[in-house]
Amino acid sequence: MKFKRTTAQMNWIYAWLLLSPALIMLFAFTHYPAIVTLISSFFSTPRGKRPAKFIGLENYQALLNDEVFWQVIWNNLLYALATIPISVAIALVMALWVNGKLRGLGFLRMAYFTPTVLPLIAVANIWLFFYTPGFGLIDQIRNGLFGLPDQNLLGQSDTVLWAVMAVAIWKEAGFFMIFYLAALQTIPPSLKEAADIEGASRWTFFRRIIFPLLMPTTLFVSVNAVINAFRLVDHIFVMTGGGPDNASTLLLFYIYEQAFKYWQTGYAATLTVVLLALLCVLAIGQFFFLDRKVHYR
Amino acid sequence: MTNKDSRLFSRSGEAISLQNLQKGWGGVRAVDGIDLEIDAGSFTVLLGPSGCGKSTTLRLIAGLDEVDGGRILIGGKDVTDQPASSRDLSMVFQSYALFPHLSVAENIIFGLKVRRVGQAECEQRLQMTADLLGLSDYLDRRPSQLSGGQQQRVALGRAIISERPICLMDEPLSNLDAKLRHDMRVELRELQTKLGFTMVYVTHDQIEAISMADKVVLINQGKIEQAATAQEIYERPASIFTAKFMGTPPMNIMPASALLPAAANAPLPPVSDDILIGIRPEAIRVEDGGVKATIRNIEYLGADTLIDCRIGDAPCLVRVSGDIPPSGNEISLTWPIEKVHLFDPTSGRRIDLAQEKEWAAETADAKQV
Repeated sequence: MKFKRTTAQMNWIYAWLLLSPALIMLFAFTHYPAIVTLISSFFSTPRGKRPAKFIGLENYQALLNDEVFWQVIWNNLLYALATIPISVAIALVMALWVNGKLRGLGFLRMAYFTPTVLPLIAVANIWLFFYTPGFGLIDQIRNGLFGLPDQNLLGQSDTVLWAVMAVAIWKEAGFFMIFYLAALQTIPPSLKEAADIEGASRWTFFRRIIFPLLMPTTLFVSVNAVINAFRLVDHIFVMTGGGPDNASTLLLFYIYEQAFKYWQTGYAATLTVVLLALLCVLAIGQFFFLDRKVHYR
Repeated sequence: MTNKDSRLFSRSGEAISLQNLQKGWGGVRAVDGIDLEIDAGSFTVLLGPSGCGKSTTLRLIAGLDEVDGGRILIGGKDVTDQPASSRDLSMVFQSYALFPHLSVAENIIFGLKVRRVGQAECEQRLQMTADLLGLSDYLDRRPSQLSGGQQQRVALGRAIISERPICLMDEPLSNLDAKLRHDMRVELRELQTKLGFTMVYVTHDQIEAISMADKVVLINQGKIEQAATAQEIYERPASIFTAKFMGTPPMNIMPASALLPAAANAPLPPVSDDILIGIRPEAIRVEDGGVKATIRNIEYLGADTLIDCRIGDAPCLVRVSGDIPPSGNEISLTWPIEKVHLFDPTSGRRIDLAQEKEWAAETADAKQV
């Protein structure tokens, strides 16, 4: 009996020992910073000899009165509302296309996936060239084919956000396509044949069969897209630096500026809490809203 | 027409005609010149081993694959170049191909909805079909919540609700257990007789073919070996392949040379040495004064006993009912002379006794040349 108990205890110890590296990492680099951030958001920014002191909701008060914050939130919402549906829709269309029987299918699939493999910084550099006024790709086409004047898409407040959205869509659609393609491949071809015999058109088949069967993938992809819309800001650094006049500043970029450019760490912590709350609400909302419409096989 | 079943089969079956049908997959001829007439309202079974081209033939009829050559006529109209949707037929797939996210009811009326049949008629027909197939209690369930037999019935319901004159089935019972398979065989045949559509049914199971078919079409390597009633195929197999495929255990095929010297009292018609003799295991009796055979193995199967023996060098299976024959190494076998089949050893085709003389003369001539 005694021997047995020790073995059981040993198993417990082994289990904890095996788990501990991952747990330590997870707590040290994810959970602990998140909690510290939440606490710091109630404290002032420490400076020199002046340590941080508890200031209650003052940081949040400041946030509500910060015009730039509201513009950044608006920018980010617009960015999310445009990039998510467009990239998901393009991914679906591309997946449907490359799921068929075509010549050079392997090449096509690879070509679509390439933007995903490239780091976002590299992608941003490529697009920076596309957008360069005068001799960039877009202006070359505008000048050469249509005789239109040069245009600085990244230099104007009313076009810059759309220009960076295009980069994000270009980057993400290929990645999401892979998930859709994988899901499409699991749909047995006999379903298509059965629908053909019943005389269903391609559109009817897509609307009544394919799209509902892809719902789990759509849910997964759109949760990812939402997170990415708030998480990926590398291209902002490379292409616009948030300008002009904060027209392309996204929330995470704003947090970076506050924390590491202006060293307003208390305020940056407050912004981070807002970002985390926003992501939580969106992700939970998506699951509850979409989950009822999703058929899992 | 007040009877509610007759309302369902307001249309009768259509005839199908296949003319020199050809289909290849990357150099392999899956269907190699099939000619077949399928009568309206008949139950035709395409039978054959795996990879013989029977499923391909069915898919060609359905219009799911394009033919490489030949013509397909349905009800006298050439439909060779028409898509599946305009051939006016229904199909039950081996995997059932039910839509997993739709309820049983939605699965069954999918086709009606596609064709924009009115709500009231949909409901009415659904009710009748569900009653006919005993699915009324399951209409709200998803396919994954049903047993194999129930799923099979849903697939059947989807096929018959549209009242198409032709129904194609691709090994629909292969995923069911033995008991259920037997029940479904009876049900399928009943349903087909009741509704009167033309049924083309693919299987590799000879029992399904024998028990259901008006006409069995035995296919081997993309060609028709024999197309006849099950009884005729069993009693007068057109080739060695047919003789061995139909019947369990398969027919014994022995060279006449092995039998002739074994005993003068072998019940054989006068034949030449070169010919192949076929005798079904169940036609052979254990009786004194017959052909001597050496027993190698005895297999007790309950109702029957299977004796594996040798006549000379030729292996021979004997099936006797009930009691185990006396033990010992040697037995004496006999059979009715009219149960002897003759086959050409080179072509494998059947030779009728009347033609045997001519055949022997021809081969003798050929040998001299």
